[in-house]
Amino acid sequence: MTGLTLVFSAYFYIAVDIFLVGLLLKIWKYAATPAPLKIPLTPAPKTTVGVGSRMFQEIVLFKSLFKSNKLLWVGGYVFHLSLLFVFMKHLRFLFPSTPAFLDNLVNFDLYTGFILLSALAFLFILRLVIDRHFYISVFNDYLLLGLLMCIATTGLLSRFWEGGGVRADLPDIKVFVGGLFTFNPGTVPDNRLFLTHFSLIMLLLIYFPFSKLVHAVGIFFSPTRNQVDNSRVKRWGPWTVKKPGRAGSPEPVPVQPSLIVSKDTPDS
Amino acid sequence: MAEQTVDKTPAEIVSEAKQNKAFKAPELTGEIFMPRVEEGLIVKGVTADVKPHMAKPEIQAKLGFPETLVDNWEEVAVRKLGELLEKYKSLQVYMDTCVRCGSCTDKCQFFLGTNDPNNMPVARAELLRQVYKKYFTTEGKLFGKLAGAHRLDLKVLGDWYAYFHQCSQCRRCSVYCPQGIDTAEISMAAREIMDSIGLGQKYVNEILGKVHTIGNNLGMNPKALAATLESTEEDLEEETGQKIRLPLDEAGAEVLMVTPSADFFASPHVESLLGYAKVFHQAGISWTLSTAASEAGNFGMFIGNYNQMQKVASRVSDAIREMKPKRLIVGECGHAWRVAYSFWNTLIGPFDMLDPKYPSPQHICEFTLDLVRRGAIKLDKSANDEFTVTFHDSCNVARGSSMGDRPGGQFTIPRELIKASCNKFVDMDKDTIHERTFCCGGGGGLLSDEILQIRIQGAMPKMQALHSVIESDGVNFMALICAICKAQFTKIMPKYGIPMSVAGGVHQLVGRAIELGAKA
Repeated sequence: MTGLTLVFSAYFYIAVDIFLVGLLLKIWKYAATPAPLKIPLTPAPKTTVGVGSRMFQEIVLFKSLFKSNKLLWVGGYVFHLSLLFVFMKHLRFLFPSTPAFLDNLVNFDLYTGFILLSALAFLFILRLVIDRHFYISVFNDYLLLGLLMCIATTGLLSRFWEGGGVRADLPDIKVFVGGLFTFNPGTVPDNRLFLTHFSLIMLLLIYFPFSKLVHAVGIFFSPTRNQVDNSRVKRWGPWTVKKPGRAGSPEPVPVQPSLIVSKDTPDS
Repeated sequence: MAEQTVDKTPAEIVSEAKQNKAFKAPELTGEIFMPRVEEGLIVKGVTADVKPHMAKPEIQAKLGFPETLVDNWEEVAVRKLGELLEKYKSLQVYMDTCVRCGSCTDKCQFFLGTNDPNNMPVARAELLRQVYKKYFTTEGKLFGKLAGAHRLDLKVLGDWYAYFHQCSQCRRCSVYCPQGIDTAEISMAAREIMDSIGLGQKYVNEILGKVHTIGNNLGMNPKALAATLESTEEDLEEETGQKIRLPLDEAGAEVLMVTPSADFFASPHVESLLGYAKVFHQAGISWTLSTAASEAGNFGMFIGNYNQMQKVASRVSDAIREMKPKRLIVGECGHAWRVAYSFWNTLIGPFDMLDPKYPSPQHICEFTLDLVRRGAIKLDKSANDEFTVTFHDSCNVARGSSMGDRPGGQFTIPRELIKASCNKFVDMDKDTIHERTFCCGGGGGLLSDEILQIRIQGAMPKMQALHSVIESDGVNFMALICAICKAQFTKIMPKYGIPMSVAGGVHQLVGRAIELGAKA
């Protein structure tokens, strides 16, 4: 194993571990936090099936965003959808021989990468030109868009720029990447364009669980959207906040020296 | 922000408000105007100094909160935030998932009215989120300002005090948020944190104290309440020639009616009380009010305090045990109906001693409309011919509750009842009704005169929508089912040149239209 292979394999495993563990911890935290008072945003479905449909419309169609702002919806929707396509097309690097449906997708769909990049640029520009959006944007909003744009650009160069040499090195890349997933990494090809693209993606994975990107899993736990409107017929008590034995939980009623003063005052 | 001088305590620095007595309501055009930076209209911090009065030490003590700002407030506040993050899924998820897409930025009536970008829902939430990032996230701890993290200092606390009291917790922004982020939950958490460090808001906390000691928000003691109801009963007999009762504390009555205390004598609220009385009278259903539960409102929700909310609500379960009614009905009050519909069953239920044939609690509009549909009462629409009516969807009813058994009943049931009571009804613009309704500008504990400027500015979008139907259809009555909306609109409308008589209750219309006397 070459030094380069060692470095990039280690980078991959560290990044994927941080991504998976970080995201699972987030999911665990969201799932474990109680929601004792039901707060569905009404009108809300009165059945679980109805909530399923509402969540589907939110997650697959971005319904609330559509209601709000058509420009944003177009930018956001096209970005997420093309990201999905690009991601699916990347699955072919995992298999020694490309499955037929992926081949078809790759042959049929040449340009989603460009659409992805344009959607990102569009979202970037929206942040700059709409005064309200400019006001609320902070550094890491631009950082993430920038990172994604770099990833898309290096990816497009890999595919369409012969000078980058990625196409020529593709068999090696497949062996390397496929090997990573079977814990048997092949030798990493010394191709700067590929290594840049690869490194940026790992960077994104590392940053994912710590950033606003967790909205990808957070949406499933959003109480205004995922709750059934049935509080009038169903009780949700009693509220047990304290989960015994869980590290880091506060005492049920934390005794704060500064608060004791009010206890001496007769209550009503 | 205020300059820090030696003779001021931190609490004073945080709560220091500059009142703009000369503030005038904008002119009505029917258009909801979008503030723009280029025109110099979006000015950061323009309403940072409009703040409500702080609760006095004795008010705070009554609720079990520290009397004044505690010395180690930063530490206590951060600990409280940590505690709330473990208690409320909403807060935990919503602190993380905002992508600052900008979808909500033009949706809040307080932003549209004040032009202060801190009133954009995302910016308001960022006020808390920056502190969350600083103390609770790896990103914030590592990258600080670059990640948008900020220490909780006096300046931030001052911004909290100002802007979390410029949010009426109406949830309009949540309708448009792709992540479903509910700013009401965030503003409730912020207020809960402020209470825990001794920084309470006078208006809300004073009222909570009154409910605990006297029994209702207005502080009417049982004697005064009995006397008021008695004299109202006499007026009612004079007006109608019928012995229409306003029973108080009558054990064994079929219906226990819990209504906002404003209904007992405030105007136009009392007109709705007369309406309820006429409906019960004509339907021949025995009912009673209760001194113990002489308040439907529950300001515990506004400060995000579960215990306060439960304590206020428990007065209703006490009254049920005492009065042994078969049905529980709630009067015209927006946030009270949200608490009743969404939280009562959990807080004070189960209501298994009540008649299972009826949903519990039931809204007065559900109750009355059912009687109308069954022909148990008759309404003469022509009695309201002098009115062209529109309906304002109160935020807590529209986005925090429902009526009937189908989603959206909270929109259709009051409208159907209004249409059964009058001949001329028109709706306001579709972006200002139903789930998209704008708040009256006084909800969520903002109904306090020292922040009148915010109330006037926050009412602007709704006033424009109303103005538009006044011009186009000659609307002269806006029917309401919320005590806070009624109080807010009667005060604010004249500032916009709209007579206060335009605001009134749905049961005010019902009361005028109902045919009393022999049944057909």
